[in-house]
Amino acid sequence: MFGYALRRVLTAIPIVLITITVCFFILRLAPGGPFDGERALPPDVMKNLRAHYNLDQPLISQYFIYLGGVFRGDFGPSMVMEDFSVSRLISIGLPFTLMLGFSAFVVGTVAGMIAGAVAAVQQNKWPDYLLVAIVLIGIIIPNFLMANLVQLFFGVYLRWLPVGGYQPGSIAHLVLPVLILSLPHGGRVARLVRGSMIEVLGTNYVRTARSKGLGTRLILARHALKPALLPVVSYLGPGLSYLLTGSLVVEQVFALPGIGKYFISAALNRDYGLVLGTTILYVFIILALNLIVDVLYAWLDPKVRYR
Amino acid sequence: MAGITGKDAALTAYANALATEAPKGRSLTQDALRRLFNNKAALVSIFVLTAIVLFALVGPYFLPWAYDKIDWAGIRKPPDWAKGHYFGTDQNGRDMLARTLQGTQMSLLVAGVATFVSVVIGILYGAIAGYFGGKIDAVMMRFVDIMYALPYILFVIILVVIFGRSPVLLFVGIGCLEWLTMARIVRGQTLSIKQREFIEAAKAGGAGPFTIIFRHIVPNLTGPVVIYATLTIPEIIITESFLSYLGLGVQEPQTSLGTLISFGAPVAEALPWMLFTPAAILVTMLLCLSYLGDGLRDALDPKDR
Repeated sequence: MFGYALRRVLTAIPIVLITITVCFFILRLAPGGPFDGERALPPDVMKNLRAHYNLDQPLISQYFIYLGGVFRGDFGPSMVMEDFSVSRLISIGLPFTLMLGFSAFVVGTVAGMIAGAVAAVQQNKWPDYLLVAIVLIGIIIPNFLMANLVQLFFGVYLRWLPVGGYQPGSIAHLVLPVLILSLPHGGRVARLVRGSMIEVLGTNYVRTARSKGLGTRLILARHALKPALLPVVSYLGPGLSYLLTGSLVVEQVFALPGIGKYFISAALNRDYGLVLGTTILYVFIILALNLIVDVLYAWLDPKVRYR
Repeated sequence: MAGITGKDAALTAYANALATEAPKGRSLTQDALRRLFNNKAALVSIFVLTAIVLFALVGPYFLPWAYDKIDWAGIRKPPDWAKGHYFGTDQNGRDMLARTLQGTQMSLLVAGVATFVSVVIGILYGAIAGYFGGKIDAVMMRFVDIMYALPYILFVIILVVIFGRSPVLLFVGIGCLEWLTMARIVRGQTLSIKQREFIEAAKAGGAGPFTIIFRHIVPNLTGPVVIYATLTIPEIIITESFLSYLGLGVQEPQTSLGTLISFGAPVAEALPWMLFTPAAILVTMLLCLSYLGDGLRDALDPKDR
């Protein structure tokens, strides 16, 4: 078990390194840069700028300077927001993004599990149909459209909740973003739980429990729930990826102060330092969380061999 | 000689029929089509999708306004049938219906090209990995696993940043990153197909590995490939509209459904038709494609139900 976890960590390290390398060289070799404005800069200024950002050195030594910085937690300067280093911007945005993602993850997973289990027990009755419809809507309507629709409906027409922005400590500002972010995630979880729960409820040991005279609730809690939830654990890895993509949109639509917003504005401004830094951070987070999920799965499901 | 009981008579009639005319068989395709047409949701989806595609391609020629033409007398106007603005106009006085149709064309084009690219890469990659097996397979599939874990939208955005906002590169870029599921499915199918007798016969006949892959394995993959291509199209439409929504996709005066929604959203309170026209088309298309994909899966892959 410990060996398995260790081996997974060791395989994750080269992946992070390769991602850094590929992204670094692609971005450096790309035509155009953050200093290509409408008016060409005077050559002296350009020279100083390039020296300041180490751009006048050979590519390979730029790479090692950058890599060394990353190991120390320094992602270099932002090339457009001059007063900030990338690490500083990340440290401003990351706590919020993690908080938002974590809330949506918990809300979506828990709500999806409950809804999926209820739908499976009530199969082919109205709660089931209602849930299948909601799940379909949640998965089919793209995040950005759904975000705009709820913003319009709850924020503008009904005036129940703020349209966007964030004040620290205000829960009302978080309701809509978390709802939008957790809807597709919860929908996929519910679909999975519904399917596996229907399968589990048809197995022999559940029939045995029923014929013993156990009540539905007891069967669910003691026998059916655990095996039915296993497929969810293996979905959580890809689910995190979806959540991340979703948070890019949600932060943009609701004007929230997370790293997704920096990433998008950096991409629009060709701020290579910031794009590279946020990408590395995202990849690192996703790999770390995937690792946790995989180890958790191996621990939960004895059928998984961890050679 | 006719028999005595009813059963005998029926059998005799059958024997006579067999003797005079060849029995009509049903091909696998006919079988699949029949199952598909029995599925009402899929059938309706096919009709709606065909209608949207036809309307998006042909409709602009029948509209009184072109998508980039400005009606100076009708800026920010709600739907007005007398003037020919059936879905209103935007802040620049351009006809919303014409713009939505143009945006639909663009979204369909992106979806078509990117799906094609992803299908080609997925089939080649999956078939080669599955056919050669062993170390090659292990390395190739490990790479797919790694790519799966990484959020591909980041790489799409980086590609868009590097190559600028050229739509062609956008299509190819999305296609180049969307082939992972296809490769996995094709590999799985290839693994089982390569054990079959006709592959052995081809090998015995002296066919090289690539001849076997392209002449004998790939044609047998049609079913799963069609199903997953249908499921890839909505994914790509969503990705494209997502990028366009963030301002990284299709640029003015060209437009796509995502661009239209991003322009319509901030003004939806005052000019709701600017948001709801493209949104309705987008959601309808995605819904129909999803039902069609499910229908095709049931029709082509009956054991999977």
